[in-house]
Amino acid sequence: MSPLDLLVAAPLAFMVASLVVGRGGRWLILAASPAMLALSAWLVALPPDAAHLVGDWELPLGILLRADGVARLLVPATSLCFVAVGLYAWHEFSPKSGRETARAHTFWPLLYLMWGGSNAGYLTTDLFNLYVTIEMVSLAAVAMAAMGSLAAGLQYFLIALVGSLAYLLGVALLAAHYDTVDATLLAIHARPDLPTLLAITVMTAGLLVKTALFPLHGWLPPAHAAAPAPASALLSAVVVKLGFVIILRLWFEAFAEVVRPAAMHLLGGMGALAILYGSIQAIRQERLKSLVAYSTVAQLGYLFLAFPLISNAPNPAEPWAAVLVHAVAHMLAKAAMFLAAGLMLKAVAGERISDLAGLARAMPLSVTAFALAAISLTGLPPSGGFTAKFLLLHAAIEQGSVVYAAVLVIGGLLGAVYLFRPLSVACSGSAAPVVKAEAPLRVAAPLALAALAVALGFAGMMLIELSSLSAPPAAAGPLPAEPGR
Amino acid sequence: MTISTSLGHLFPLTGAALVGLGLFGFISLRHPLRQLLAVNVIGAGIFLILGGLGRGEGVTDPYPQALVITGIVVSVALTAVGAAMITRLAEERRAAGTASDQPKDQGP
Repeated sequence: MSPLDLLVAAPLAFMVASLVVGRGGRWLILAASPAMLALSAWLVALPPDAAHLVGDWELPLGILLRADGVARLLVPATSLCFVAVGLYAWHEFSPKSGRETARAHTFWPLLYLMWGGSNAGYLTTDLFNLYVTIEMVSLAAVAMAAMGSLAAGLQYFLIALVGSLAYLLGVALLAAHYDTVDATLLAIHARPDLPTLLAITVMTAGLLVKTALFPLHGWLPPAHAAAPAPASALLSAVVVKLGFVIILRLWFEAFAEVVRPAAMHLLGGMGALAILYGSIQAIRQERLKSLVAYSTVAQLGYLFLAFPLISNAPNPAEPWAAVLVHAVAHMLAKAAMFLAAGLMLKAVAGERISDLAGLARAMPLSVTAFALAAISLTGLPPSGGFTAKFLLLHAAIEQGSVVYAAVLVIGGLLGAVYLFRPLSVACSGSAAPVVKAEAPLRVAAPLALAALAVALGFAGMMLIELSSLSAPPAAAGPLPAEPGR
Repeated sequence: MTISTSLGHLFPLTGAALVGLGLFGFISLRHPLRQLLAVNVIGAGIFLILGGLGRGEGVTDPYPQALVITGIVVSVALTAVGAAMITRLAEERRAAGTASDQPKDQGP
């Protein structure tokens, strides 16, 4: 047994258990939390070249699970998000009367399905296995989105389905062309011919739809804003990251020698537009959850803005670390922000930003959690978001990419504008509204996540060292890209 | 032998045509049930490409076939979920009495 397959198997076992237990399914999170956090810690502590072949089938046929830098950063962050969201949802999805009971039955298996799927997605290098994991995660995500609005969930479902079929078409072309779909083997054999380029194009397009990069983001704000708070947190923090990680693996590992610089700049340009468009839309929103959802559209842009910065860098390790730290910081901060927003909106029984007036006095801890998450999302020091954006800005200036540097600075300013608006409303007004006290666990979960997102700013070196385990090699020579071995 | 090689091209080409047809349907049709069917046409095309490209001279490569079977299982399960969601949405709309804004091609 190795933590690599346990990280996938354990959540699936908890999923089956929660289906069997039914009404008491929520109790399982008390067992799942310590187990999964311990497995994540074990993963981080593994020797640098740790890998595991499932069922001992050898590579072209077998499935390789691998503890590279991406997995070592994102698996623990994902586990922290799931634990916090699970503890937060403990009260919300408990067996009560009517509609809530159905939700109490369905939420927990979906949570574990998404957990197992995303862990498998971070660990595996088999492109067909990745198709299965994105379908697992999408299935859980669609069901969670449908808890809020069935129409938005259905729209999300159909678009996600086409996205994963486009990805599958690419996998089919690669399987026929190379007789393998393992990323580490493709890295050795990849040739820049027509089938390969076609496959990369359709796979990337399909994944971009699922990651909701501008201009393919249309389904995200309605689905994320309508879902219940714990579901929104998982959708915005975890689900959209999986598509990004797969694109990262395709572009910088499997096909590092094939992808052209122009394509990198296309993705970077889409990322830059996503930052500007998402921020401006977020400023225009009247409802708090829509604002947070559009903030996700903007923050996803940073992940793709980094692509040309990584490929052009003389030493790619720095922007590579930046993009992974940003993914982790956004995961923690966005989950915290959706959870805190859920508490604040429930307290005032409204959904508009103007409803929040005076809330800072009534529920200081939740507003603090929102504010800490906003600090990391805006990129104010000291926070994980600051470390990431500083490294990206440094790389952009070093390479003389004035446009990208300008977008990074403007994006930070716009972020400050849209995130300080709800905060200033919450801190305004002389009369504090009377609100019902929430359970301590529900208040603590977003606060802990937001504090972690800020604390990442103090762990910069450790994160950069972890991420360097799979960084693309420096551009000194035409080394075969075979990281993680 | 010539029949086998020409058939080898026939399957992927038919598959590509199905993918294009399905994608056109998905974009041009508005009713979710029709869109779901269009997605299934895309899926059928992809499985045909995947299976057809695995045809060798005389022997058939089992590897793409294993992938196709997994893909079909996933696709069937997702189609069932989608159909269930469409049914539930139609029921909710009927209960809310807003059946008037439904597309006219929704049969009983």
